[in-house]
Amino acid sequence: MERIPILKMGRFLLVSIQVDMDDRTAMTLQDDLTGQIVKHHAKGVLIDISSLDVVDSFIGRMLANTAAMARILDAETVVVGMQPSVAITLVELGLSLKGVRSALNVERGMELLRRGAVDMEWTTPEASADADHEE
Amino acid sequence: MQITKSETVTVRGGAEVVSVRHTVRKWAVEIGLTLVEQTKIVTAASELARNMVDYGGGGVLMLEHLDDSTRRGLRLTFEDRGPGIPDIDAALRDGFTTGGGMGLGLGGAKRLSNEFTIHTKPGEGTRISITRWKGAS
Repeated sequence: MERIPILKMGRFLLVSIQVDMDDRTAMTLQDDLTGQIVKHHAKGVLIDISSLDVVDSFIGRMLANTAAMARILDAETVVVGMQPSVAITLVELGLSLKGVRSALNVERGMELLRRGAVDMEWTTPEASADADHEE
Repeated sequence: MQITKSETVTVRGGAEVVSVRHTVRKWAVEIGLTLVEQTKIVTAASELARNMVDYGGGGVLMLEHLDDSTRRGLRLTFEDRGPGIPDIDAALRDGFTTGGGMGLGLGGAKRLSNEFTIHTKPGEGTRISITRWKGAS
C-alpha cells in the first residue's frame, strides 16, 4: 500500500496528494495526519489536491473528517488546488465540503494558514499585508 | 443503437476500484467526452464500484461504447451477486446508508449520469447501468 508523505514546515504540515488513492491509503493519510498534528503541535495543515482528477464521496469524506479532527486538535486545515471539473462533480454528487477551508493554490493556502484567522478570509490584500507585518 | 466496443472487468477489492476509475477515464476520453463529463462518469463509477465491493462482495463491470447514429455514449453496467437492495427508494435517498459511508453513492451516481437503471433482487444480487452521452447536459 502506498503512503502519502507529510512534510513539516514550521508550525504547519504539508501534504501533496500525487496518486489516485484507494480507500485504505486515504484512511491511513487521515490517521497519519492527526498523529503528526499532535506530535508536532501543528497549527495548520495544507492539503494540495491539484493532482487529483477525481474526488469521490469517500475521499471527500476523508478531507472533511480530517479538517474536523484537526480543528478539535487546535489546527486549521486548508485544501488547495481543486480542479474545476472536480468541484462541479462534487457539488452534483451532493458533497459541498462544508467546513473545509479551501484556497486556489498552495501560495494562497499558506497565506490563509499564516494569518491563522480563518474568519479573516474576506480581508483585503492590503489588510492581509498589514497582518503579516504584525507577526 | 450500436455497441461499438465492450469489455468486462472484475472488481473485488479497493485497488480495483482505483483501476476502474482509470479504465473508465480512458473509455470516456476515447469517445470525446469533455473533461467535466469524464469526471462525472468516473466519479459515478467509483461510487458504484465501491458499493459493489463493500456491499455486494465484489462483482463485474461491463463497459460499452454506444453509437445511436447522432451521438456517442459510454454505458457502464455493474453486476454483483450480493444480498441485493431491499428498498431501492430508500437506498437512492441521500444520507441513507447501512455501512460507514455518507449515503451519497447511489443517489450521487444517478445524478452524475444521463441514464440510470437498477435491477435488484434480495438474495440474488444487483445490476446497475449508467450512461453518459457526449454533449448531454
